Amino acid sequence: MSTTGRIVRLTEFDRAAVQFFLDGEKCSALAGDTVLTAILASGHALRNSEFGPEPRAGFCLMGACQDCWLWQETGPRLRACSTPVTEGMRLRTTTPENWP
Amino acid sequence: MSDATSPRVVIVGAGPAGIRAAATLVEAGLHPVVIDEGHRAGGQIYRRPPDGFVRPPEQLYESEAAKARTLHALVDQLVEAGRLTHCPGSSVVAAHEGRLHVLREGEVQVIGYDRLILATGASDRVAPVPGWQNAGVYTLGAAQIALKAQGVALGRHIVLIGSGPLLTLVGAQLLKAGADVAAVLDTSSWHRQMRGFSGLAARPIVALRGLVLRARLGGRYHAGVTLERIEADASGVIAMRWRDAGGRQRLTPCDMVGMGWHLRAETHLADVAGCAFDYDEQWRQWLPQTDTMGRAGNGVYLAGDGARLLGADGAEIAGRLAAVACLTDLGHAAPSVKADLRKLTRLERFALGLARAFPWPSDMVRTLPDDAIVCRCENITAGAVRESADFGGGEANRVKSVSRAGMGRCQGRYCQLAAVDLVAAQAGCATMDVGRFRGQAPVRPTPIGAFLRED
Repeated sequence: MSTTGRIVRLTEFDRAAVQFFLDGEKCSALAGDTVLTAILASGHALRNSEFGPEPRAGFCLMGACQDCWLWQETGPRLRACSTPVTEGMRLRTTTPENWP
Repeated sequence: MSDATSPRVVIVGAGPAGIRAAATLVEAGLHPVVIDEGHRAGGQIYRRPPDGFVRPPEQLYESEAAKARTLHALVDQLVEAGRLTHCPGSSVVAAHEGRLHVLREGEVQVIGYDRLILATGASDRVAPVPGWQNAGVYTLGAAQIALKAQGVALGRHIVLIGSGPLLTLVGAQLLKAGADVAAVLDTSSWHRQMRGFSGLAARPIVALRGLVLRARLGGRYHAGVTLERIEADASGVIAMRWRDAGGRQRLTPCDMVGMGWHLRAETHLADVAGCAFDYDEQWRQWLPQTDTMGRAGNGVYLAGDGARLLGADGAEIAGRLAAVACLTDLGHAAPSVKADLRKLTRLERFALGLARAFPWPSDMVRTLPDDAIVCRCENITAGAVRESADFGGGEANRVKSVSRAGMGRCQGRYCQLAAVDLVAAQAGCATMDVGRFRGQAPVRPTPIGAFLRED
């Protein structure tokens, strides 16, 4: 199965589709994907660095480096590498407006 | 559940060490609590994919499939029988005087313990390479987790850099799964690798398996390379710039780089639990002090790669030993450990061989250009770290305060070893004399709201 993003799916294709929203855009992933896999299947980054010009796409995938934090539309952040994507999830690569 | 009089033993980590420790305690009639960040028990090396994935253990863990099956079955059976309490998806963020702060689903709970067994494992030991802050650079461990637990490759054209058993293993696993691996670049020379030979001979079958995997890499594998720069554009990695052993300039186009120089013990919890540390010259890192059984004092025991980097087989043994030490100290009967101690000696000899064959790239780190990023969390450069040593002297925690290296979200896990090496070079002292970054609770980012309870 070809993806348009950074990652390539090599196996485990036979899973149900899951829809989620990234920065308001509807995206598709597979059940069992982490948020990181789900986003990088169609995109190339998770967020921008707060300290430099470069985008970031995660680093350790085991919850240790904290490179892959994203915003949820409701405010709280989540770690993309260790959070499973769920149907209807609404995520943002930037801080939501009116969030303190 | 245990009755009020039985001791409360808490194990942190459900990898091979944690599972073996738990099973040993259960056999002796105790009811341990196992707290683990994973959603399913197994740890990193024997990590299980989510529900709905279909590859069998033989495909996921290859030569280690039988061990993985045994451990998974063991822990599942103990959980099902109600003989231990398993807390998955939970992070222990602090440990102090018999109390753990455990973060789960945005809330912190306090769990008390009489004895604490830390089986926190290890992560990749990474060294900064100019450009490593860009999107598309991952650890070797990350590449393996992505393949095992998600069935994906983290890029279309992959270059792996570093040194150590994982470099060869991940390269071979990615190739086998159908990924495009353009190059596998080892900073250790063939000559250097031979220096580990006497140690590696302690486990001839494992060493031979490594050579077979290396052969699968074919002409992609290069030993004794010099890594110059990870080239990137605005969307991420585009190429790896390096020099081969003969000094020739090479440029390999790629959109993903996986890096790692063997392992770094995960010791933050041992630190906040009050363990003492020694600098280990072989492993070029600070490791918590324990006796052979894993006793660290004050009712704390350490097992697995978080204490000694012996790999999964060593972790199973160390888990049993720590549980036996704990049982003995509690006055319970415990099984004999003679055979385990004998095996451990052999594994230690092998691990030492690995440490010699695939060393930390100290020269590379010490000659990093001033504009290279050392701390990925806050983009702190080698120049800023060097300057902080000029300003504050060659002491790790002063460098941390002045430069902020080690104060970002990863809490120094991925910059500490390089930072102290840079400081040692700048201050003209031994790396050991620079000291280490003190760990601070919470050892994982924790929202303030998680500590606020209604009651």
